[in-house]
Amino acid sequence: MEFFKIRRVIPFMRHALVFNIISLLTFFAAVFFLAHKGLHFSIEFTGGTLVEVNYQQAADVEKIRTTLDKAGLKGEVQNFGSSRDVLIRLPVEKGQSNAQLSQKVTTLLRAEDASAEVRRVEYVGPQVGEELAEHGLLALLVTAIGIVLYLWIRFEWRFGLSAIIANLHDVVIILGCFALFQWEFSLPVLAAVLAVLGYSVNESVVVFDRVRENFRKMRKAPVPEVIDTSITAVISRTIITHGCTQAMVTTMLLFGGPALHYFALALTIGICFGIYSSVLVASPLVMWLGVDRSQFVRATKKKGAGDENDGAVV
Amino acid sequence: MNRYPAWRYALIAFAIAAALLYTLPNFFGESPAVQVSSAKATVKADAALLGRVETALKAGGLQATGIVLDANGLRARFADTDAQLKARDLIEKNLNPDHDNPSYVVALNLLSASPGWLTAVHALPMYLGLDLRGGVHFLLQVDMQAALVKRLEAYGGEIRSLLRDKDLRHAGIAREGSTLRIRFRDAATRDKASQAVAAQIPSLDLARRDDGQDQLLVATLKPAALKSEQELAIKQNITTLNRRVNQLGVAEPVIQQQGADRIVVQLPGVQDTAKAKEILGRTATLEVRLVDEEAMRSGSSFNVDIFPERKRDGSVSNVPVKKQLLVTGDQFVGAQGTFDQDQRPAVSVELNEAGGRIMRQATRENLHKLMAIILIEKGKGEAISVATIQGEFGARFQITGSFTPNETNDLSLLIRAGSLAAPMEIIEERTVGPSLGKENIEKGFNATKWGFIVIVLFMSAYYTLFGMFSSVALGVNLLFLVALLSLLQATLTLPGIAAIALTLGMAIDANVLINERIREEIRAGQSPQAAISAGYERAWGTILDSNVTTLIAGLALLIFGSGPVRGFAVVHCLGILTSIVSSVVVSRAIVNLAYGHRRRVAKLAIGNTAWK
Repeated sequence: MEFFKIRRVIPFMRHALVFNIISLLTFFAAVFFLAHKGLHFSIEFTGGTLVEVNYQQAADVEKIRTTLDKAGLKGEVQNFGSSRDVLIRLPVEKGQSNAQLSQKVTTLLRAEDASAEVRRVEYVGPQVGEELAEHGLLALLVTAIGIVLYLWIRFEWRFGLSAIIANLHDVVIILGCFALFQWEFSLPVLAAVLAVLGYSVNESVVVFDRVRENFRKMRKAPVPEVIDTSITAVISRTIITHGCTQAMVTTMLLFGGPALHYFALALTIGICFGIYSSVLVASPLVMWLGVDRSQFVRATKKKGAGDENDGAVV
Repeated sequence: MNRYPAWRYALIAFAIAAALLYTLPNFFGESPAVQVSSAKATVKADAALLGRVETALKAGGLQATGIVLDANGLRARFADTDAQLKARDLIEKNLNPDHDNPSYVVALNLLSASPGWLTAVHALPMYLGLDLRGGVHFLLQVDMQAALVKRLEAYGGEIRSLLRDKDLRHAGIAREGSTLRIRFRDAATRDKASQAVAAQIPSLDLARRDDGQDQLLVATLKPAALKSEQELAIKQNITTLNRRVNQLGVAEPVIQQQGADRIVVQLPGVQDTAKAKEILGRTATLEVRLVDEEAMRSGSSFNVDIFPERKRDGSVSNVPVKKQLLVTGDQFVGAQGTFDQDQRPAVSVELNEAGGRIMRQATRENLHKLMAIILIEKGKGEAISVATIQGEFGARFQITGSFTPNETNDLSLLIRAGSLAAPMEIIEERTVGPSLGKENIEKGFNATKWGFIVIVLFMSAYYTLFGMFSSVALGVNLLFLVALLSLLQATLTLPGIAAIALTLGMAIDANVLINERIREEIRAGQSPQAAISAGYERAWGTILDSNVTTLIAGLALLIFGSGPVRGFAVVHCLGILTSIVSSVVVSRAIVNLAYGHRRRVAKLAIGNTAWK
């Protein structure tokens, strides 16, 4: 079987400007939604109480809402996964201890319907929430700096910089989607975002690796042609790899249940945009930053003589 | 050129065999068990205990499928949960005849049903997190400021009695913020006092000051003393929590310090979360103080603490008490619900030696005055007993108040379980019911299984034989990962299972890279053997680079993540390491075995490479 029979070099770099404008527009849209709507943070970040209740029959969300309202509890009630599962979110209230709150909810619901079974309670104090948000940002920062440094050492600063620009813009787009649809942004989603960051950088690395190799082989070709040849050579691998990873993520989306839903969703968006940006955004950036053969060839001068005959191996 | 030396095959075979061995326990499931451990320092779980449990079970007609005795206590397995529950009641009744004062903790547990020889080589099943097995997780914040204040008040009392002993007159000792201020009429007395205090209490920094009216001695805790006080406070709280958790009968509780001032409590398998919370959350401390009778008469609130007192008739009145603490909860060594000579419910308590000495002195000097016992719960104090000191007493006395017998039992339990050095507050709680835990395992497992199958089918169809080799390598990767998790006993959570799936999805990248590269080399006209060799060699650099960048993100998560994210990060990082080994070394070994020893290879079974 063979999906990709690419006989000539695809001139990606000719359209570099278009790709970057598309991605810039998406980026600004994401920023707009983030600024305008904001993220719907889970209680892990905001602090509060969350109670998941399971009923024997389909739960009457409206009735649960009125019951809580009557007791003076301002909470968000919604179905979770199935019609029999209900998720109740209560914000942090001053002077109300958590122990009392989740117990109060349980007693109220039990009084209404004896079949109500509490499946999960989560309480996060406001001080913990602040810390989590802070640590999340720190993790993002450390990852970004770490990747730039590594790519700088292994390749060149231009590669590190363009890879991180391309992939951080993926992160912003994922966050933008979460803001637009008001999906819940929880700790696992944060983990997914960081995993995507590491994973998409992979993609850029694979292309850059080939670019470096081809700079040494294709002595006379201009820079855009070297980059085009490299992308063309790895494009089938890019699509197959992402397809496999996405297959795994899709089964997570289908079978993983509500607990992994947003985690898998964040990964899906990240993988799809990752292909685009790490190949079609990062490479032009490298080109515009002024990557040049002389930055790679010097180190391998001895070997260089015989390589000219190799030409393009694609 | 595509041959590994024999030792390399042997090494890989050995690694796979070891991984199989350590993965094995995960397949045996769990059997219900009863766990008995010591609840007191003086009681040991030893062979005598084994004998007692065996006789008890025999007398009750129950048959354990196996009993193990180790450093953690005794564990008896049973065929079903029915026998397990019966056995628990039987053992409990036999070992703890006095229900209020148990010597042993008898708890229900689930033990791995893997055979003994596996356990002997430390091959254990993966350690499941609370979100998978159900249970309660609490994060408690210790109020260090309160611990400090308490300590300073105690020093204040000590200085007061020291100055009295040395016959040095002072004009008042008061705590202001985190300092103690001792007033003197003249500088000479102050200097003498300063020397005496410095000799007696070396952990205080003393500064001399003159506020124009009085000569002052300002005492603060030295930084080193402050640090050790805080460490002591958190240690005492952990000890107290341990004792309280023992009363709950939890098989494998985790009580650990986290950071400078936090404590994590994890109670796997606990169903009655309300009770757990109540027992843990009881931040009760007991204090014995003298009533300021002058303030009581004048109604003044100057320099006194005021606590409500619930009278027998149900009315509530305010009692002003002196700020000086006589004894505190940590000095109580025993407590028992009882009745006084008038058959009213009372609590009979016993103090440690130091507490007894203070009590004797205080009662001798304050005969016929009022003394209050104050219970501080959740930051609010209540005078549970206000009584006239009828005679001098020491370490043993009775507390009477408007109690019901039930309340005296509760109170004695509270006193016995020890007091906390500092109040604590629950700042994070996660409770997961056991049914949800099972469901989480199932869902995570299913997602991984189907994803794995899809990848294997695709790879085998697309790269034919090489795809199958890649699939085997991916399977070995999963095996290595599970074995490593079992061996390290790292906590597996639901995000951890997701990380297994994701890692597998990402790991296949390495094999795709290699296979694509081999195809490319063939298209470029290389011979099959040379293509294999060049494919692996050229792909290696790329694989390394791309995995390092993923690992950087994983490590950042590991360092900064907490709770569920940490579980994800651990598996993710381990998975990246195992995938480098399996997708490069193991798959190469398989390819070498298949092709390396043939002299002539006409064509590689790696799918269609003929177009060009």
